Amino acid sequence: MRFFAFIVVCLTGALLLYGTGEFPDWGDPNSPASLHLSNYYIENALNDTGAPNFVTAVVADYRGFDTMFETAVIFCGGLACFLLLRDFREKKDHYYRHIPTGVILHVKDSQKPLTIGKEFGYMDKDWVPPDLIIKTVCRILIPFIQIYAMYVVAHGDYSPGGGFQGGVIFGSSLILLAISYDLKTLVKRVKERVLGIFAAAGVLLYAGIAALCMLMGGNFLDYSKLAPLVPWNSHHNIRAIGMLGVEIGVGIAVMAVMLIIYINIVSEGRHDEGL
Amino acid sequence: MHWPIDIIVLTFVIFCAIAALSVKDLLGTAILFGAYSFLMCLLWTIMGAVDVAFTEASVGAGVSTVFFVAAIFRTRRRTKD
Repeated sequence: MRFFAFIVVCLTGALLLYGTGEFPDWGDPNSPASLHLSNYYIENALNDTGAPNFVTAVVADYRGFDTMFETAVIFCGGLACFLLLRDFREKKDHYYRHIPTGVILHVKDSQKPLTIGKEFGYMDKDWVPPDLIIKTVCRILIPFIQIYAMYVVAHGDYSPGGGFQGGVIFGSSLILLAISYDLKTLVKRVKERVLGIFAAAGVLLYAGIAALCMLMGGNFLDYSKLAPLVPWNSHHNIRAIGMLGVEIGVGIAVMAVMLIIYINIVSEGRHDEGL
Repeated sequence: MHWPIDIIVLTFVIFCAIAALSVKDLLGTAILFGAYSFLMCLLWTIMGAVDVAFTEASVGAGVSTVFFVAAIFRTRRRTKD
């Protein structure tokens, strides 16, 4: 059976390689892809939309409807992860660490959990003493990563980047917090309810801006109709401003979904202990 | 001329892919997959697709490696086959 599978894989690979031989060369100006559509985007994207980075113009404006449903797909990914993995059963036993002495307390069937503070700390079976160097470096680094993520979102019209990348970077900065301290530190600061609301609000912000264009008398996602809302904008880049709003929505949704997936995977859905 | 860098990076990509499939330690596989994604990101940059490279670096090499490590943390580290 293994041998048969190997033969099938080899045949498929050979067919794919054979098919690749028919492709036009890389960067061939006469290839079908660069004959019609690409030229239009390269020549007219700046005039049409006012966004110098025409990749963002294509993604968020020319095919904005497509990107809206990509965001919805990411939201569904987070939702599926939550529904499959989330476990609401409370654990009966709790372990605490008495910080001044280092004694470990085992509390059974506790109705009221001990308060975590200077005296008692969390303890679980994967607990390791936090490393001073890692904690300090991450504490200094995380704000800069977050500022960079917001820069990537806000500057998506001008340089590579956009809502998706910025959201992922923002989410990974918070994952870095969970890795360098522990999962409880993250879960205590970023509530699960807030994450769910953010994930939905990002998609809603995208769809809301699109619907606002309709209310202003244009087509769905026709950002040019938003001009009366920003009267101080004297340049002709109202479409770029609409794209920025949409990218912020994508960034918020992606950030929340990345955190939902990470927290649910690493704690087996119990949101208490993890990497 | 940039084609030699192209070929070198592509060789490393194939090397990483084969290594990630053949290594028994799943944590090593996750790290090799991250390296694969990062080399693909270099390849996109060489071809001038900077937006795709950015996405590959943040999603492929960054956050999905962390997801793999998190999933391995909750399962076993060795494969059976």
